[in-house]
Amino acid sequence: MIPGDYVALAVILFVIGAVGVLIRRNAMVIFMCIELMLNAVNLAFVAFARLHGTIDGQVIAFFVMVVAAAEVVVGLAILMAIFRSRRSASVDDANLLKY
Amino acid sequence: MTGTLAGLPMRAASALPTLAAVGVQRTAWLMLVFPLAGALVLLLGGRRTNRFGHVVGVAMPFASFVVAVITFVAMLGYPASQRARDVHMFTWISVGGFHVDAGLLVDQLSISFALLITGVGSLIHLFAVGYMSHDPDRRRFFGYMNLFVAAMLLLVLADNYLLMYAGWEGVGLASYLLIGFWQYKPSAAAAAKKAFVVNRVGVAGFSVAIMLMFATFGTVTYTGVFGQASSAGRGTATALGLLLLLGACAKSAQVPLQSWLLDAMEGPTPVSALIHAATMVTAGVYLIVRSAPIFNLSMTARLAVTVVGAVTLLFGAIIGCAKDDIKKALAGSTMSQIGYMVLAAGLGPAGYVFAIAHLIVHGFFKAGLFLGAGAVKHEMNDEVDMRRFGGLRVVMPITAATFTIGWLAIIGVWPFSGFFTKDPIIAAAFAKGGISGALLGSAAMIGAGITAFYMTRVLLMTFTGHRRWEPDAHPHEVPPVMTSPMIVLAIGAAGAGAFLMLGNRFVDFLSPVTGAPPASRGLITPVSGATLALVVLGAVIAWAMYGRREIPVTAPAARFPVVAARKDLYGDAVNEAVFMRPGQWLTRLSVYFDNRGVDGLVNTLAATVGGSSGRLRRVQTGFVRSYALSMLVGAVLLVGVLLLVRI
Amino acid sequence: MNAAHVLAASTVGAGAVVAFWILAVISVAAALGLVLAPRAVHGAVLLAVVMLSLAVLYGVAGAPFLAFVQIIVYTGAVLMLFLFVLMIVGVSAADSMRETIRGQRLAAGLAGIGLLVLLALVVGHAAIGPAAPAGSNYGVLNVQRLAQLIFTRYVFPFELTSALLITAALGAMVLAHRERTSPKPSQRDLARQRVRGDHPAPLPGPGVYARGDAADMPALLPDGTPSPLSLNPVMARRRGSAIRVPGPGVPAPLPPGEPGKDGGPDAEPDREGAHP
Repeated sequence: MIPGDYVALAVILFVIGAVGVLIRRNAMVIFMCIELMLNAVNLAFVAFARLHGTIDGQVIAFFVMVVAAAEVVVGLAILMAIFRSRRSASVDDANLLKY
Repeated sequence: MTGTLAGLPMRAASALPTLAAVGVQRTAWLMLVFPLAGALVLLLGGRRTNRFGHVVGVAMPFASFVVAVITFVAMLGYPASQRARDVHMFTWISVGGFHVDAGLLVDQLSISFALLITGVGSLIHLFAVGYMSHDPDRRRFFGYMNLFVAAMLLLVLADNYLLMYAGWEGVGLASYLLIGFWQYKPSAAAAAKKAFVVNRVGVAGFSVAIMLMFATFGTVTYTGVFGQASSAGRGTATALGLLLLLGACAKSAQVPLQSWLLDAMEGPTPVSALIHAATMVTAGVYLIVRSAPIFNLSMTARLAVTVVGAVTLLFGAIIGCAKDDIKKALAGSTMSQIGYMVLAAGLGPAGYVFAIAHLIVHGFFKAGLFLGAGAVKHEMNDEVDMRRFGGLRVVMPITAATFTIGWLAIIGVWPFSGFFTKDPIIAAAFAKGGISGALLGSAAMIGAGITAFYMTRVLLMTFTGHRRWEPDAHPHEVPPVMTSPMIVLAIGAAGAGAFLMLGNRFVDFLSPVTGAPPASRGLITPVSGATLALVVLGAVIAWAMYGRREIPVTAPAARFPVVAARKDLYGDAVNEAVFMRPGQWLTRLSVYFDNRGVDGLVNTLAATVGGSSGRLRRVQTGFVRSYALSMLVGAVLLVGVLLLVRI
Repeated sequence: MNAAHVLAASTVGAGAVVAFWILAVISVAAALGLVLAPRAVHGAVLLAVVMLSLAVLYGVAGAPFLAFVQIIVYTGAVLMLFLFVLMIVGVSAADSMRETIRGQRLAAGLAGIGLLVLLALVVGHAAIGPAAPAGSNYGVLNVQRLAQLIFTRYVFPFELTSALLITAALGAMVLAHRERTSPKPSQRDLARQRVRGDHPAPLPGPGVYARGDAADMPALLPDGTPSPLSLNPVMARRRGSAIRVPGPGVPAPLPPGEPGKDGGPDAEPDREGAHP
């Protein structure tokens, strides 16, 4: 394997995820884009671990997965609560906190 | 002036040997304590003292009078040069270099005033028992009156200007409270305010004078100030004199601060008699005479004093001619008579004694006249319009008799008091010499003629002629408690002048303090003859106009001079035009400036901040994606900068 | 230790390169599809594709443990959680792709390009070389070495993650919980409501025909018209349904506490959604 290619792929996926977060309104899709970014980062961790011949990067990637799981659980719960009260999954509808 | 000024005695008061009081004089402070205690008891005691309030109110001034007489007798026991005694009471203020003792100066001048205040004051208090008998607030009235007596005694007995100032403000307060005694009457409340406000002007002058004294001499005691006065320079003396004159003008209702006195007649008549005729309004004269060592140093200040006096004596007299309100006619007369005193005081040592003599005599006859007017008013259901009087001498013979004696005294008919005190003033004015002396003397002489006219008018309209009473008026002679003070005052009005002036009795008594006037040139002089002729002329004209003819119940339409006099010679109009309207304009200008300028600046600033904030807060759209975008852009920029720095 | 394994992991084999390029294309295409797909469900499926691709790449890169965790935990559990929530929120709703915030899409694009350029610069500048020789960490001992690291050097963060997971579970329970604002109706209340309502009897069941399943076909009234009461409103909204019942804005005239349907208030979102 070539770590440089892996990192390049990770960069592309990360940017796609970031743009997705910015242009999508559906909170579910935004969540999924965040997951995509996390996965891209994980890929970079794995590639760098391989680059150095150590596996600390894999440990970090493992932790990222754990934290991502926790984040998804809480985030989806919040999303449910919002949906219950506002009948909408659009993040633009939850805009009460403004000027 | 030539003769007098050459020997202008600097010893007048500056070298006054002030000895510590001994013996019975040490209790002179009791004079103050009695009325003060009376005021405290009556004002703080509340309704509990209603029953015996008037007794206390009369007893306290009488007690003071007794103390004053004892002190006076004790004083007579000393030789003339040792009669001034200082009664130290306590240390009042001691701040750094500023040290003021509360002390009383009992000398010939102050004891004269003290006797006048307590004597005439006691009589008027006694009169007021009857006059106020139907008033539910009689106890409060006596409380205020006692307060006034205490403050007035403090004013005249103080041994320094600051303590005098305290008394000065005390009488102002008492005057305010008593003018507005019937405060439910809007006119009374307004008059009280007016008196207070006008007196502020004078007090400003007086207080600046005290500050100037302290700044210049480092002390405010009479002895300290007078001892160094000659070293202070002519300019300082002139400034002090003019500032003190300003204070005197306000308190004594002299032009241009005269406007409050006529309105002050809204107060109960005993108040008018005591405060606004006999005592308080003469405080200005006392101030000038007491400050003689300062005025002696400044020709300018004294000239100003004489001019003020001469103008006021004519001013008051002309107003007195046109007023149909008996109290206001008498008030105009008071202004005029005090004008004589101020004129005399302005003449320097040549006039000080005559000023004080006229002051004391005036205290008798004017108080008597006011009490007579009060008695008439009391019996005529509080009617004061003389056109509604007439023929009262039949039903009120004692009042009419005492009033007549007062009339004779004020117009200066021999041998009544006014003759002995007013003529020397006119003579002294002429003796000043030069054009100013001739003018001042002529003014005083003409004033005497006008005085005769308006006083005769008052007498005739009130006590003679047909009865023009209101249908429900049933006048009777007032009770003895009211007639007896009038009788005593009438005796004083008749005899005091002769008693004081004949044989130079009062001149000799007072001259250690004020300096001696030149020797009198006999009883009947060309000046007094001419004056007497003018007086007779004025009285005859008044008789021709008001004694012979029927007096209409309503005032007839009149032409310019009468209309002007009825309107107090436009004193209020001048005040309004010169002070009130510019003041209002200034206020409006300030308000405009405040609204548009200050507020405008602040509001503009606030609006700018508010507007820009309002625009800035639009950044907070509430859209999570906008925030995410800014975060991403920020992250990109941050990483870019880091990269640039690292590369 | 198997030497062949080590060799395979440490050298750049042709198979690995081919696999990378195939998976790279697939994952990027799927990621783009995730961003551009109007329906969230499609996005979820495409995300699963990305994740599976990455799992394979992990395996190629010598991280078999992560590869399986990626499949089992990420794709299997997390993504399924997404799908469950999507069911609740509404699987049928296709997002409008029209941008409502002015300039957002342009700015997002510019920021994305900027980020891409920046990261490319960084990566290019770093001049990432070939992989280091794989030691004993890679290959069959990978799982043991990971375990050693996790329970020695990274034991404290690991314990912290346990706290985080517990907190997250509690938080999710708290957030998903809804307080009952009115007392729970008793059996008697329900019966009384039912008798007072329009339909004391059970609602008519859906019609059964040879051409369709039972759930989305309305029952026919005696005059031949379909009965709106026989259908779940969610079903009625489906394409081709014979009956149009009022949209989601106007609730269907269902009596409260309707038996026969799982009539708790929590089940309400179910009726709003529709099958894809």
